[in-house]
Amino acid sequence: MLLDQLPQFLLSGLTSGSIYALVAVGFCIIYNATGLVNFAQGEFVMLGAMLMIGLTQDMGLAMPVAFVTSIAAAMLLGVFLERVPLGLARSRHVLILVLVTVGFSIAARGAASLIWGKTARALPAFSTEAPLLVAGAVISRQALWILAVTMICVALLHLFFQRTAVGQAIRAVSDNRHGAILVGVPVARMVMISFALSAGLGATAGMLIAPITGMHYSAGVMLGLKGFAAAILGGYGHVWGAVAGGLLLGVLESLAAGFVSSAYKDALAFLILLCVLWIRPAGLFGKARTRRV
Amino acid sequence: MAAWTPYAALALAVLATPWLVADTYLLSLGSLIGVFALAVTGLNLLIGMAGQVSLGQAAFFGLGAYGSGILSVHFGLPVGLAMLCAVGIACLVALVLAVPTLKLEGHYLVMATLGFNIIFTIVCIQWEPMTGGTSGLFGIPGMELAGVNLSDDRIFFYVVWAVLLVVLWLCANFLRTRPGRALRSLHQGDLLPASLGVPVTRYKVGLFTAAALLTALAGALYAHYFQFISPHSFDMFVSLQLVTMTALGGLGNLWGGIFGAAFLLLLPEWLHAWPDLMILLHGLILMLVLMFCPKGLLPEMGVAIQKVVRRARRTRI
Repeated sequence: MLLDQLPQFLLSGLTSGSIYALVAVGFCIIYNATGLVNFAQGEFVMLGAMLMIGLTQDMGLAMPVAFVTSIAAAMLLGVFLERVPLGLARSRHVLILVLVTVGFSIAARGAASLIWGKTARALPAFSTEAPLLVAGAVISRQALWILAVTMICVALLHLFFQRTAVGQAIRAVSDNRHGAILVGVPVARMVMISFALSAGLGATAGMLIAPITGMHYSAGVMLGLKGFAAAILGGYGHVWGAVAGGLLLGVLESLAAGFVSSAYKDALAFLILLCVLWIRPAGLFGKARTRRV
Repeated sequence: MAAWTPYAALALAVLATPWLVADTYLLSLGSLIGVFALAVTGLNLLIGMAGQVSLGQAAFFGLGAYGSGILSVHFGLPVGLAMLCAVGIACLVALVLAVPTLKLEGHYLVMATLGFNIIFTIVCIQWEPMTGGTSGLFGIPGMELAGVNLSDDRIFFYVVWAVLLVVLWLCANFLRTRPGRALRSLHQGDLLPASLGVPVTRYKVGLFTAAALLTALAGALYAHYFQFISPHSFDMFVSLQLVTMTALGGLGNLWGGIFGAAFLLLLPEWLHAWPDLMILLHGLILMLVLMFCPKGLLPEMGVAIQKVVRRARRTRI
């Protein structure tokens, strides 16, 4: 019976949904700070995973050390993207800047294929114990890691944005850029921190998913797209919406694959997304903008 | 009427090219540039004039190609009729897609068109009996008119560039008419044109459909020239490429599209010498050009030449 597998489908949906959620939150943080869609977001996911694979397998570093190092490296690269390609660009036109991130993402893919080759690489699971059985569904240890780390990340982000001065300053920038400048918020630094933050989140997502799916130099594209779709689904720029959108997209996709057709899995996921957009143009959690002349 | 001199110059260049370029590979690359420039022209109207970014243009390109290919291979339609039907189908799809989608703004519009493109690619891959799946659609007949094989390398080059020239001339003249000027007012936002009585939604839907028409026409020409098509020629990366070509040519600069298309199609040819570095260099060059020539290659080059000329004059005095 297919219905017996419902818990299994839900669980695997939540697992991949957590990854989409992390990527989507990264999209939102950058969008809120700059109004840009960062097409290189998926590349941070790929780079995080590839760095971890390189550090543990080629250089023999311990998992936790490699984990932290990869995040730090990705964050530096995020800062580089903001400072150099975007910062030095002569145009402030949104479309041009978005296309600059596209160029950056192609370059990042090229660099990755040079460093780690074009074949897919595998990463061992974070812990090797046998999978658990809960409510008729099998949960691998890695899925538990994904769910737990995602929850921790979301909780930390919440604390960061609500309680710390820097987090509040970033919110001020996304709320009203000019107002933030007037009250003395160092906007440029906040934008830089936003890029670092979302690159770090992307890299985390990549390292979490790599033991399940493996990773290769161009695998970041689809993950980035799914994250973008999740962010749109939740109402672009809405951090909690992005988390919900990611989980929802993961579950929908897994149900579509399980009950309808796995070949059309991605097509169905995007079709549902289109329908949601047509019914609620501002996403599930976004507020519809009203304009007055 | 738009000034005729640039058209005449381009027409002369087109006429001369096949006599100067003997290599058929280079000539077919020239035809490919023409095909993409045609698709870019449609997108340029949409982005440059109305400020609406579509990342689903490759799907319309594919609708033209697969539509015409399938109709002529599986249903035995004559090529001309198949092309016409395919372009018609693409326009209908664009119309149906445009009405709910163009209500969306900015990133939501980008996502909706991107989603459409992804769905299209998956259908192309999975609907094997019709599309041939990942291995592609073979045996598409070539074009013929009054006994002349239009899919011959040299003749097809003329056909594509003639179509492109006519389309560019029509677009340039259309933009000088009253509705054309109204369209050009759209990219600053809907508010001003709407308050001046421009039917904003109807114009946007019309423009989206016109862009799809040009792109599908380009796709149909592509299919009957190469006589083989496969799904990855029409995926979202191609859409992204089309948008990049538009930006490289200069947003709203109709002539620039040719240069954008030529640059992006010739770049991999130059980079073939370093196969390992190709992706990296492609990304870096793209990034640098967009960073430092945001107004488009053609206008920026003009400015640079003017600067050099001015400096040369100053030193002479």
